[in-house]
Parts: sequence; structure tokens; C-alpha cells
Amino acid sequence: MSILNRRTVLKIGGAGLALPLIGGAAFAQDGPLKIGFVNVGPKDDNGWTYGHWVGAQALEAEFGDKIAITFVESVPEGPDCERVLRELAQQGNKIIFATSFGFGDYVIKVAREFPDVKFEHATGYQRSDNVATYNARFHEGRAVMGTLAGHLSKTNTIGYIGTFPIPEVVMGINAFTLAARRINPEIKVNVVWLSSWHDPAKESDAARALIDQGADIIAQHSDGPAALQVAEERGIIGGFGQGADMSAFAPKAHLSAIIDVWAPHYIQVVKDVQAGTWVSDDSWPGIAAGEVVIGPYNEKIPADVVAAAEAVKAGIIDGSFNPFTGPIVDNAGTERTPAGAVIDDAGLWAMDWYVEGVQA
Amino acid sequence: MSADLIVAIIITLIGASTPILIAALGELVVEKSGVLNLGVEGMMLIGAVIAFAVTYTSGNPWLGIVCAAIASAAASMIFAFLTLTLSANQVATGLALTIFGTGFSALFGQAYTGRPIEIFRSVFPTELATHPFWRLVFGHSPLVYFSLFLVFAVWWFLKKTRAGLILRAVGENDLSAHSIGYSVIGVRYAAVAFGGAMAGIAGSCFPLLLTPQWAERLTAGRGWIALALVVFAAWRPFRLLGGAYLFGLVMTIELYTKASGSTGGIPSEFWAALPYLSTIAVLVLISLRRSGQSAAPACLGRPFLPTN
Repeated sequence: MSILNRRTVLKIGGAGLALPLIGGAAFAQDGPLKIGFVNVGPKDDNGWTYGHWVGAQALEAEFGDKIAITFVESVPEGPDCERVLRELAQQGNKIIFATSFGFGDYVIKVAREFPDVKFEHATGYQRSDNVATYNARFHEGRAVMGTLAGHLSKTNTIGYIGTFPIPEVVMGINAFTLAARRINPEIKVNVVWLSSWHDPAKESDAARALIDQGADIIAQHSDGPAALQVAEERGIIGGFGQGADMSAFAPKAHLSAIIDVWAPHYIQVVKDVQAGTWVSDDSWPGIAAGEVVIGPYNEKIPADVVAAAEAVKAGIIDGSFNPFTGPIVDNAGTERTPAGAVIDDAGLWAMDWYVEGVQA
Repeated sequence: MSADLIVAIIITLIGASTPILIAALGELVVEKSGVLNLGVEGMMLIGAVIAFAVTYTSGNPWLGIVCAAIASAAASMIFAFLTLTLSANQVATGLALTIFGTGFSALFGQAYTGRPIEIFRSVFPTELATHPFWRLVFGHSPLVYFSLFLVFAVWWFLKKTRAGLILRAVGENDLSAHSIGYSVIGVRYAAVAFGGAMAGIAGSCFPLLLTPQWAERLTAGRGWIALALVVFAAWRPFRLLGGAYLFGLVMTIELYTKASGSTGGIPSEFWAALPYLSTIAVLVLISLRRSGQSAAPACLGRPFLPTN
């Protein structure tokens, strides 16, 4: 697997542009299936991009010499990503995974010029004949974390560090709060917004503010372990790893984690392309498909609490439990979903309201 | 609101302000000498990664701070050579220094992502800081006491010492200073090195004071706030202190208001914009009082080219 940064790709691309002049045979189809990854961060960010790096490694383990992966790191969401996408397509990559929301418009644009290349856009919503989207049901993992929090909180106050109030984040807050309040209806979840995906200093200040005001458990949507480090230092009950197991940063405070596992989807996509059965669709699996994995539980959590969390997980896997099962009342007191009904996927992606107990 | 909570808010706001204050004080001295170095963000990132790496390897945060200062001062010397010796454009070179610092810190830091360090604890024994009031006095990181000392030291240097007078003369009228025998370039080299060292110490606040880890772009734009703060403070150290704490207060109050669960229906986007709105408000107030008069050093940003 070759790991490149944006500048190297552009340089190689310059040379690549001259190649077709020598002869079309250079681009014959034998040899390994070339696969490109375009990522917004570095592969060792402990979170989002690291998850895709692990997925790329799983592809190599599965297909070996039959594939050749180019993994491009730290590509900003903007015109640079369009150039990187085009270079990868010109270099003969047949599948290109673009792993950040903000790449979407550029993926659609470049895909029009390369109808033979299959594009897969993570967390996006725009599709075309050769652009598919994929995501993971992280909110299922948050329901498991919320169950832990509902059992463990002593102050009944939980802090939640949000990034931007978009449906993906709101969905997570609501799934977490619903699960916690199923256990303990007294639970209040106070949300602090960062207006940033990555600002560790502000994440720690937000955690300090939440703990100073009575939160004894902190959940977060931001990627780094900064809030967990504050939780460890202050000696509160704890918090949860986001995207990866972060227990190395906070061995006492790290209660469990939601881990992103992209390997099942990546392997399926490559198999579909090899078999010629790939179609553009939207893939949104969760815990049952092994895309969202619950990390190890901290040993300080009592066995019955772990069992309750595992029961929620098992219910999600066998389909007997949906985190968004009614009755669901919003924080203004209006009933959103009657008893027994569930919120469908379209309803989840349009979510701009908070469930009862959330103070945001 | 209890006394404990007020003290907690003040301690958090001082912590959030400290790196901005230290970096801005360094840049204030640089600008007083007539040089505009827009590379503060990049130098802070270099300081942050070096402070983390040295502290992680040696276990000694003091050594981390010293090495951060040296590394960022060394980076500022690249800027000084290009702009002072070769008379390159200061704005462009400063921006290049920021890009260099961002890239260098990301590359050098690769080996350190995902590794935690010990928190750099208060210098005073914790028994001193049990009562809220004493916590306010003794409950801070050494870097906070350093930043307060630095405000006074920079003020004293610029106002009360002969060297400070020469530095200001170089910044206000480089040709006159040159004609009476002072080395304009030498003074500016020294000022840029000082500014670099302070940006390095400011960067070290991130892993040692705010969040004990290394992550790419850890400073998240605070170097730019420091640059703006120098203008905001009209190149005066004590006003800089007030400005930094005001900025920290706005950032922190936002977090505490939201964390209390009572936002009064104010949308989060408003809170996110509040620091910038308050900056504009204060700038308008200042300009109303000092109509049109600029406090900027007269030679700011201009290359020194003695023609005779």
C-alpha cells in the first residue's frame, strides 16, 4: 500500500499526464485492481481517518496481490480534493473511496468525467450512476453508551460535547439520551457545542465546564481524547471513546467506546466490483453488520450494568430493539412518535429536534 | 452561582487565555521593532510539538518548555534571515512560516499521536488551594504565572529601559536610529528571536496546560487571535492582558452557560460568533475614542533599506 500526501499525488499526476502520449497499452487492464482512498486527516489521528486506514489494511489482508491501494492523507475539503480525486482516476484507480462529508460535491463532479471508475463517498447524500454513499449507524452504539450512562450516573447530569448541530450529531445525542432515560428518567443531558470538528483545547475546556456544573459522565461527538483526559484528571465516573478505543488516554475514566469498522463494507465493494455486480446505492449498516463495534468495558463497571448494555446490543443485532422506538417526546413536550412506532431513516436524517431531557 | 463555580470559571478562562497572551506579548515586541511576523500560528505549532516530544521523552515539562522556546526561536530566524537580511516581503514570508510550521509539526508529531503525557501540575502544594480564594491565587499552572510576569516584564522593558527605547526608535523611525549608530537589523533580529521564543512557550501551553496530548493543528487558529489581539490592544502590554482575558471570558462563559443546561433559547451559532462580535464592538469603541489616530509603529512591515 502506498501512502501519499496531497502534494506527492499532484507531482506524480504531472508525470502521469504525459504517459498516454507514449502509448495506450500502458493502461491495459491486467494487473491488480487499483483502489484509491482520499482522507481528510492523517492516518494516525486516533479517530476518523485511522478507522479508514484499518479498513484499507483489511482489504490488503483479504485480497493480497489482487489489489493495489493508494492511501492519500490530509486532503483539505476544497479544490485540492478535486485535483487529488482526478489524479487518482487518471492513474487507473477503479474504485475511489472519499471519506469525508465535504468531498461530496467534488466527487460528483469528477465522477462525471470518469464513468468507468466507481466512487464511494462516506457520510454523503449525493449519488449518481457511478457514485455510491456509505455510512454507519453510530447512533446504535450511542444507545449502548447511553444505557451505561443511565446506570452509572449519580448526579443524574450528563455532559455531551457536540460539534455542529447537524442530523448525524443530533441523532447521536437523542439516541444516547433516550437510552439513558429508559434506565433513569431523572437523567438530564446538557449539550455544549464546539462549532469545530477538531479543537482539543476547546474540547477540554468544554469538559471542565460540564464537570464544574455537576456532570459526572461526559459523552462526546468530537474525535480526540481531550475530554476523556479531563475526566480522568477530575476523577469523575467517566466518558466514552469516539471512533476508536481511547483507553490509553484515560484508563480509569474510559468506560467503553464506539469503534468504527469499515472493513465489511470495503470488502463487499471490492467483491462487487470484481464480480461486475456493483451498483450505486446507499449503504448504512450498524452493529449487526459489524460496522459499529462496542469497545471493551471498563472493569470498574458492575457486571449487571455490562449485562444491560449487552442486552441492548443484542436487541439491536437481532432486530428486536430499535433505539428510536416510541413513545418519543421532544424537549418542548410534543409527542413525536407514538408508543410502538419507530422513526424511519428519512425521519432520522431530517432530525432537528431534541428528545425530552436534552438541554441544548 | 457558588464561589466554587465562579473560581472554576475564572481558572478556566485564565487557562484558555494564557497561550494567546504569551504569543501576543512576543509579537508585540516584534511589531514594536517594526517587523510584522504573521508566522505566529506556525511557530506555536512547532513549540507545541517540541514541548510534547521533549516532555514525553524526558518526563521533564520544564525542559519541554525551554526546548519549545529554542525551536520556535530557531524557526523565527529563518523568517528573520529572509525578511531582514534579504528584504523579502514580510507578509508573504510570515504566511510561509505558518505553512512550514503546520507541516513540520504534523510530520514531526506523527510519532507522538496517540500517546498521553502526565499533566504539568501546579507549582504550589495542593493543600494551599483548598479554599476558593486561595485556589484563585495558587491554583494555576506555572505557565500562567509566567504569562503575568511577562506582561509586566514587556511593559517595563519597553517603557523603562534604554534597550526598550532603542527598540521603539527602530520601529518608529529606522533611518534615524540607523543614522545615530544603532544597528536596525541587529535590533530586529533580537526582537524576532524573542517573539519566536514566546510563540514557542505559548505553543507549549497546549500539551502542558490545556490538553496533555499531541494532535495535528492543536492550536486551532489561536495564533491568529494573538496577532489580532496586538492590534486590539493598540500595542500596549496591559491592554493586551485585558484583551486576552476578555477573549477568554467570552469563550469560557459560552461553554459554562451551555453546560449549565440553560441557554435561554439562544442558538449555539450565536455563541460561536460572540467572540468575533465582541472584538468588533471593542474595536469600534476604541476607534471612537481615538478618532483616526493609528497606534501602529510607523515602520511596521516595511523592509529597512538605507539608501545613501
